[in-house]
Amino acid sequence: MRMFNKAKLLAIAASLVLSAAIPVTHADEQYFPLQSYRVGPYAAGGTGFFGGFIDYLNLINTRDGGVNGVKLTWSEGETQYEVERGVEVYERLKNTPGVAAWNPLSVGIAYAMIDRITQDKVPLITINHGRTDSTDGRVFPYVFPLLLNPYSETSGIVNYIASKEGGLESLKGKKIVVLYHGSPYGKETIPIYELLAQKYGFELQQIEVPHPGNEQQAQWLTIRRAKPDYVVLRGWGVMNPVALKSAAKVGFPVDHIVGNVWSNSEEDAIPAGDVAKGYTAITTQASGAEYPVVKEIVKTLYDNNRGNLEDKNRIGSVYHNLGIVNGILNVEAIRIAQEKFGKRTLTGDEVRWGFEHLQLDPARVEALGAKGLFHSINVTWDNHEGNGYVTFQQWDGKKWNVVSDWIAPDWALLRPIIEKSAEAYAKEKGIKLRTTEDAVTATN
Amino acid sequence: MTIATLEAIPTSYTPRWLTPVLLLGIAYLIIPLVGTSYLFEAILLPFLALSLAGVGLNILTGYAGQVSLGSAAFLAVGAFAAYNFNLRIDGLPILGSIFLSGVVAAAIGIVFGLPSLRLRGFYLAVSTLAAQFFVQWALTKFSWFSNNSASGVIDAPPLSIAGVEFNSAVGRYLFSLTIVAVLTFLAYRLVLSQTGRNFIAVRDNETAARIIGVPVLKTKLIAFGVSSFVIGIAGVLWAFAYLRTVEPAGFNLDRSFQILFIIIIGGLASIRGAFFGAALLVVTPLILSRVGSFLLGDFFDSGVLDMSQRIVLGGLIILFLILEPDGLVSFWDRIRKRTTTRLLRQ
Repeated sequence: MRMFNKAKLLAIAASLVLSAAIPVTHADEQYFPLQSYRVGPYAAGGTGFFGGFIDYLNLINTRDGGVNGVKLTWSEGETQYEVERGVEVYERLKNTPGVAAWNPLSVGIAYAMIDRITQDKVPLITINHGRTDSTDGRVFPYVFPLLLNPYSETSGIVNYIASKEGGLESLKGKKIVVLYHGSPYGKETIPIYELLAQKYGFELQQIEVPHPGNEQQAQWLTIRRAKPDYVVLRGWGVMNPVALKSAAKVGFPVDHIVGNVWSNSEEDAIPAGDVAKGYTAITTQASGAEYPVVKEIVKTLYDNNRGNLEDKNRIGSVYHNLGIVNGILNVEAIRIAQEKFGKRTLTGDEVRWGFEHLQLDPARVEALGAKGLFHSINVTWDNHEGNGYVTFQQWDGKKWNVVSDWIAPDWALLRPIIEKSAEAYAKEKGIKLRTTEDAVTATN
Repeated sequence: MTIATLEAIPTSYTPRWLTPVLLLGIAYLIIPLVGTSYLFEAILLPFLALSLAGVGLNILTGYAGQVSLGSAAFLAVGAFAAYNFNLRIDGLPILGSIFLSGVVAAAIGIVFGLPSLRLRGFYLAVSTLAAQFFVQWALTKFSWFSNNSASGVIDAPPLSIAGVEFNSAVGRYLFSLTIVAVLTFLAYRLVLSQTGRNFIAVRDNETAARIIGVPVLKTKLIAFGVSSFVIGIAGVLWAFAYLRTVEPAGFNLDRSFQILFIIIIGGLASIRGAFFGAALLVVTPLILSRVGSFLLGDFFDSGVLDMSQRIVLGGLIILFLILEPDGLVSFWDRIRKRTTTRLLRQ
């Protein structure tokens, strides 16, 4: 190690000290720490989602000069979807002033952060995924599985299958196989599928695909023997195209495979090639670049070479649009909180208040240039999901086409189960349930 | 993997116990005062847990010469066993569940050590892979292990001993530090004992060891048991003190390799080596990532930077192993010897 002379060591040490020093923040800035993943097996999701998120924040800064004059800032730390790296990035970035919210887009990292962000009083956003019972704001004041928690997704998929079969009654005697990713995310919905199977009388078989899911021959042979009416694909990353290809190999009709919200992207369908034609998947946000907000992002950023996606063909893809929707929700939460607390840098707890009052009706969504991109959201202090609507899209070999109306999951059926699970967690952890009074104010 | 180095006898006049005591003094008294929460949460806690796992694996691989690729499985056994003892036995103090989890890991380690009676070298390594896959499969398959949690993720209980809470970053650091210090001391005593010499005898020449009366079978199983005990407790620290939440997939084959690299880079058959190796593998990626994003962050996105860091780290490790095949420990000893002689000359 002789090659390391003193001068070099000093230079490295100096740069370390400098980089560790907290960046100087001006009075009115709101900061987003991004635990992104641009490499590793799930990079397609990471680059699309964080690309869309950054694009939207950038749009707000460029077009509006920030949120009511408060500039949005962000920096990225690479996690590769690994929990340890996610925690490291959290610890590295959490002391930056003006943290608005965390958006890790990883169930594992989100789980590891729940205790930490609750202590630090900063919101944790797990859009379309996360821990289902964190929907219960009485127990999880700082966690927001916005738009669609895994149980609502399950209910939406079952309702969709029912609508194709002619109503919920016709589910009786049908057979559904759920093929799920062997991870915390994949397993989250096992009990709720069982419950719905009991309630509607369909036969159910749930089959696990070990992470990362590039080998599924055995699972699909089992499916062929079981001869189900539908297969629900609860996949992630490379598992999805492999599933579609293996299905074709065993001769299972692709239009009877319904993908869940993390099996619904271009990156899932394109690698499968022709056999993906006819594949249907659930989504909370439509794909396509024809929505005004996406057009503005193209005009303001990509036409000036300031867009975040390297591949312009991915503009308006499912993950990119999800990132944009996530940006809208974060920015609007800040805007709503600013109405109450003042147009300045907010504390994490004040942003939490904003998320708990994040109510965007279809008219407001249209005003934001996102009509048709997503339906609406209605978050309250005790409902942290916000009753998002879902729609279904079908792959035509080149792009997704919406094939259903906006469908509402059966929230009333799910709520008692969520509350029961959240209360059990509260008991295990010794958490006192919040009441309306606890939620009206925020600390600064 | 047969490097017959006993700990070098120090050439200076400082007594053997002085350096560890000084280090412990700094670790207990000074670091808690000056450290930031980043230092504890992102560097020291994973460093302590991985060092302890390295100490455990070093007993098995470095001293007793049995290659194992199942370390992460024993980490997982420790973590999930401690979680279940804590959950299912009312009133069991946390130290009790930690100790029992070590015992469970040791028992499982002995079971998976049985093939070592017939297999050697690469064949044994492959059979310890079975532990890796079996444990992960069992923990995922039977949701009882994670208390039927929907996602298979477990939450760590709060850490407290006799009413004293250890839940802050510093508290969890001190908690881990104490357990690591005690177990490291015991491991150090063990490798100097007759059993430790039996380990080395079995490693260096099994036939010769048998002829001079070393009970080879028993020695191998003891090595597996002790090693798994220590690694199991490292798993508890990983889950309870560092991440505070764990899913079975967090203990995958990559983790096993990481621990194996720690002892190879740090120095086989050396207790200190585990600490050197863990420090290198925990800290270097962070330094590289900081330096990389500071110098080049404006030009490349984080993905490109991360990929290039891997290349740099890999290159560093190869270079280092060529220049210093006996690990960081012998590198450190050389430096120390050189500075001491220089000091004495003056």
